[in-house]
Amino acid sequence: MSDFLSYFRQDNLPHIWCPGCGHGTVTGAIVRAIARKGLDKNKVCIVSGIGCSSRAVGYLDFDTLHTAHGRALAFATGIKLARPELKVIVMTGDGDCTAIGGNHFIHAARRNIDITTIVMNNNIYGMTSGQYSPMTPKGMYGTTAPYGNLERSFDLCELAKAAGATYVGRATSYHVPLLIDLIEAALGNKGFSVVEAMVQCPTYFGRKNKIGGPVEMLEWIKEGTVNVKAAASLPPEKLAGKALIGELHNAPAPEYTADYDELIAKVQRKFDTFQGGLYGCASNSD
Amino acid sequence: MTKPQAKLMQGNEACTLGAFAAGLEFYAGYPITPSTEIAELCSEELPKLGGKFIQMEDEIGSIAACIGASLAGKKAMTATSGPGFSLMQECLGYASLTEVPIVIVDVQRMGPSTGMPTSPAQADLMQARWGTHGDHPIVVLAPGNVRECFELTFRAFDIAESLRVPVIVLMDEIVGHMREKVILPDPATLKPGRRAAPESPAGYKPYAADSDGGVPLMADFGTGYRWHVTGLFHDESGRPTQKAETCDRLLRRLSRKVEKAAPSIESHFEESLEEAEIVVVSFGCSAMSALSAVRRARREGLKAGLLRLKSVWPFPDDLVIRACAGASGVVVPEMNLGQLALEVERSLGGRAPVRRLGKVNGELFRPEEIFEAIASVAGREAAE
Amino acid sequence: MSDQPPKSYLHVIRERYCKGCNICVAFCPKKVLALKSGKVFAERPWLCIGCKMCELRCPDYAIEVRAAEPEPDKGANGAEQDYCLPPEACDD
Repeated sequence: MSDFLSYFRQDNLPHIWCPGCGHGTVTGAIVRAIARKGLDKNKVCIVSGIGCSSRAVGYLDFDTLHTAHGRALAFATGIKLARPELKVIVMTGDGDCTAIGGNHFIHAARRNIDITTIVMNNNIYGMTSGQYSPMTPKGMYGTTAPYGNLERSFDLCELAKAAGATYVGRATSYHVPLLIDLIEAALGNKGFSVVEAMVQCPTYFGRKNKIGGPVEMLEWIKEGTVNVKAAASLPPEKLAGKALIGELHNAPAPEYTADYDELIAKVQRKFDTFQGGLYGCASNSD
Repeated sequence: MTKPQAKLMQGNEACTLGAFAAGLEFYAGYPITPSTEIAELCSEELPKLGGKFIQMEDEIGSIAACIGASLAGKKAMTATSGPGFSLMQECLGYASLTEVPIVIVDVQRMGPSTGMPTSPAQADLMQARWGTHGDHPIVVLAPGNVRECFELTFRAFDIAESLRVPVIVLMDEIVGHMREKVILPDPATLKPGRRAAPESPAGYKPYAADSDGGVPLMADFGTGYRWHVTGLFHDESGRPTQKAETCDRLLRRLSRKVEKAAPSIESHFEESLEEAEIVVVSFGCSAMSALSAVRRARREGLKAGLLRLKSVWPFPDDLVIRACAGASGVVVPEMNLGQLALEVERSLGGRAPVRRLGKVNGELFRPEEIFEAIASVAGREAAE
Repeated sequence: MSDQPPKSYLHVIRERYCKGCNICVAFCPKKVLALKSGKVFAERPWLCIGCKMCELRCPDYAIEVRAAEPEPDKGANGAEQDYCLPPEACDD
């Protein structure tokens, strides 16, 4: 039995995703990054929200938490702050993370809490069969954008960086080796890390926008990206409309739960007369 | 330990100290009048106790973080008021279905909407029961004075941990903000309960329990059990399922859990209910005024009695029936347009006429307002 | 080019997992793979260069590429062998 499959709850496989959906590929990439880092399965906790991508945690052999739509990062914040020794990973979709979950996303980034967030961006709400999302490119189609999406989409990585994330990268389900490298680096960052994985949704986004099946969609994704290193030497017109892939931001900063543990130590030293228990604390809270 | 002495204490503070006595280790909240003092005290005292405090970006994040912390093995609490309580409803249902113990304090204020933030009300009673969608059990305790803010918050943790349920402490602006002389129990004499944990990961099933209201063993995340928690209906190993029979069994077990424990959850205060002809049924701040009114009525020869509910959900039908057995009339004073009254009427089933006494102007009942209702129900004009 | 014999690779196929999405077949740089009744198999395993892109890109974990041992064991062609079935269940 392959070492790779040992990270899965195999009696739950095969998984529910459609043939050619990119979520399986990204889930595999996360497992490969975890395996490379040699993380202890008992000390990894993976949290997801709601949506196709969020079903991933059910297949993974860790402490896993499939939460409410958009709230994975808030649940994960509770776990990480309560048990900082755990490696907390959040798997979320473009709608789950940037629409209903947007508020938690920017605040988790602002706090720089050590959570590795993988945003599986298929540009659509897949679970509810094809509505447009904040990551649907302007002009493209969804079942709720029958005349073409009027709205501009986020640049998720710029949003994460601006909000305070200290590691940000983007890759795709075509560029899997790069994706694994970025996830591995994100897992190593003591702070809020975001890896956007552009993935194909052949069933809805591909069909609704006549891009084609899984293979054509991967080619479409490949055409729409350019590596950040290569981009440096490319003329602007070559970069127009392309998403940059690779490591986009890496600036470690003090991590929230580490700072909080320091605060506890400092506070407890200051109140060294503190005898603990009910009356100890109430009386000296000057 | 120092002998416990009397202290002048605010309800919100007593509530927080009750949580500390129960072993609170994690608080996540969001500022909202009239509950903010709870968050402030937690932010100051939890670090001293080695616990964690976080102010989240909204109330949804607050309850979500509490559920996460509880899954990581920490006793967790949040406190809010109407508007925040409304935002917390989805995750409250999540905690109910996934059987994660947490305590939610709702210090009620005049609603709906922004309403009157600094004025008392008791109109979240039905929301506390049915605020979240779908059938679900809920336990709601209602302190009626400062000391009970301590006792019932402590009790809320015990119930949450023993039944793996979210428990709501339903306070109001009066009970939360008033100060009283209080002698709190010595924490050394209190033995806070804790969730029953499994022995070993081998064959651990996070949702296995006998169907008659059994409570499954609960492992902490990060201790080698590697279990799955989902808001979807799930089988005994936590795996999502749509099997009709499994889903039916899960939902009925969840309700049965609280039903079975109802006798031990039930708590109330009563005065001069023996052969009371007019029974006043109330809770929280309104019950304070009701007590004075009942005592005045007795002094003036009216056979009145008071039943003050300290646990409002599950609703104590038998207790209300017993208390009103000899009554020719029941008065239900509350700061809403008749929510407790609905339950009293339902449980009495016509045995006695119920006079609804709803006050919705943001001002606490004056005792004479309740006294006049007692007198009129007793068929006597209010004493000159 | 080194002068040892070209390495050969074993393609472990988990047919129960494969959904025939064709990603591995389309992007294999050496056109090693093909679909047979909706399931992948190594049609020209000798051309495989062991880049493992099929394994990495497979959304369903249905294919794994391993360097074949010098003397290939009897069930060499991974296509027939369904590693999902416990060995004792295979009637080879």
